[in-house]
Amino acid sequence: MSSVPTVAQTAGPRAARSAARKSSRRAKVGGYDRRPRWLTYTVLGFAVFIGLAPLYYTIVIGSSDPISIAQDALPQFLPDSTLFHNFSLVIHSEAFSFWKAFANSVIISVVTSTSVVLFSTLAGFSFAKLRFRGRGALLVFVIATMAVPTQLGVVPMYILMTDLHWIGKLQAVIVPGLVTAFGVFWMTQYLEEALPYELIEAARMDGASMIRTFWSIALPAARPAAAMLALFTFVAQWVNFFWPSIVLSSENPTLPLTIRLLQANYFVDYSLVLAGVFLMTIPLLVLFLFTGRHLVAGIMAGAVKG
Amino acid sequence: MLTPTRDAAQDAATAPPRQSRRVGFNQRLGRWDVKFSPYLYISPFFILFLITGLFPIVFTAYVSMHSWNLLFGQGEFVGLKNYTDVFAQPHFWTSLRNTFSIFVLSSVPQVITAIVLAAFLDQNLRSKTFWRMGVLLPYVVAPVAVGMIFGRLFADKSGLINAGLEAIGLPAVQWHVDVLASHIAIASMVNFRWTGYNTLIFLAAMQAVPRELYEAAIIDGANRMRQFFSVTIPQIRATIIFVVITATIGGLQIFDEPRVYDATGLGGASKQWLTTTLYLYDVGWGNQKNLGRAAAVAWLLFLIIVVIGFLNFAATRRIATGGSGVPSRRARRAAERAAANRRAS
Repeated sequence: MSSVPTVAQTAGPRAARSAARKSSRRAKVGGYDRRPRWLTYTVLGFAVFIGLAPLYYTIVIGSSDPISIAQDALPQFLPDSTLFHNFSLVIHSEAFSFWKAFANSVIISVVTSTSVVLFSTLAGFSFAKLRFRGRGALLVFVIATMAVPTQLGVVPMYILMTDLHWIGKLQAVIVPGLVTAFGVFWMTQYLEEALPYELIEAARMDGASMIRTFWSIALPAARPAAAMLALFTFVAQWVNFFWPSIVLSSENPTLPLTIRLLQANYFVDYSLVLAGVFLMTIPLLVLFLFTGRHLVAGIMAGAVKG
Repeated sequence: MLTPTRDAAQDAATAPPRQSRRVGFNQRLGRWDVKFSPYLYISPFFILFLITGLFPIVFTAYVSMHSWNLLFGQGEFVGLKNYTDVFAQPHFWTSLRNTFSIFVLSSVPQVITAIVLAAFLDQNLRSKTFWRMGVLLPYVVAPVAVGMIFGRLFADKSGLINAGLEAIGLPAVQWHVDVLASHIAIASMVNFRWTGYNTLIFLAAMQAVPRELYEAAIIDGANRMRQFFSVTIPQIRATIIFVVITATIGGLQIFDEPRVYDATGLGGASKQWLTTTLYLYDVGWGNQKNLGRAAAVAWLLFLIIVVIGFLNFAATRRIATGGSGVPSRRARRAAERAAANRRAS
């Protein structure tokens, strides 16, 4: 423990805290680090059950038909192949083009997450590692704007989109999503710690221009945080509903909008509606299966810093 | 730690300034590169954010003082008429009541559950990642999807919740008729999606609590309960404030879940679950097609969020500090300094 104050002097308080954390974890003092008992696992198991049950319910109802749903709150206990039949009914629905909506969602999510990552890393590199007049004030501005509910600017945004003749087109959703204040803050925080000045200096010494330094030094160093930011942006855009429902129409919808269309067109047949709901959730469930641990790490890293 | 001034020093060393006029274009270009690149790199964010984020918020005030129809565009300046019109509509007040009610029903249980779950996760668990991913799963289900699923679960007739209530001998609840019941149903959708997410935020904060504090508490004879209330809660105070503020900003703008709670999407037969954002949508793009009035609603909601955000900030500060009994003024100042440091770093 005696090393902690020294660390604080040489490497700043945060390094000292993390050093203290590490050394205390090694200490494993009586009681705190013992394996928890069944009560803990029961509580956590129940929490996970609460998270899974509605999804299970969705596929069970999605495997059913309107008549049995009307008779019984839970017509069957297990999903069956009717689910796939209902999937195909949704995909071939005449109320909207499923594949078009799917493609729209993919385009919007991919374009915005790429752009958010690129512009945030660029700005984050500048804020974290470059010296310029007004840097402090501008960074404070970025942080302050994170708390501004920009969703409430819908009316002028709609007027703007009308003037641009973008109503009904994807760019009406893409352009407002190209940057986020959170992204800039996130990348600034990360690059401050992860990118040593020595690396930048070495690149500059070798005659690299600023943009070259960014591209070859900062961008690779930012990769872990950039991947998390991309994930969060992707999810946020994939589930986005309010703004798309204002500027997009049923001829050119995203997946969340088709959920609403399903409901409006097939409200008598909830087996079909919930089959559709699950169908549209599958892509994110698959994404979660592969990248869930990064989402977890991202939320936890953001919490300590934010 | 190295300072950024090195960059400049190194530049000065490699390029002695004003040696001659022939120093060359390249070097001048290099100096411009150093001087203007930082601004260039932050400009995409600032330009786009000013156009799509900040300008619309400010311009909302301008639109709100004009008569402005969805189809016919800008009309004449009307001063505060849109505001008085909005105040005169009973649905506006109903929407405020519903929004607050749903917000309280979702944020309070959510924050408490998340803290408790985080305390359970903050142990030497087997397969940590599994449990963490497990609680986060609902986060990837879209709010509209959650709204549809829960709308069915809470169906008045042949809904699973009512079937369960009747099975244990309780009367069925009119989830889509009764005001409070509909708020509980919608709040449960919000809680479903966000509790796990906030749990992980609290978990991260708890892991940053120095273990020495627990050791000291154990030596002083504190049991697990006492450790939780006297060590954990005061230590994660800054995070509680952060989560409550975020929940306020998001919760007061709730739209997706009430929009799909029934097939018509207009907040129920007697506007039982019409929220303010849903009302804003209806004023602007629904029946009234009145963008001026919608802008007035947006601007009012914006002000309400700012005020409630500050009130919550003040309240959570007090509650979270009070959790450790009444600390001495000196201890409180030290804690505030520490929190300020944490925010600054």
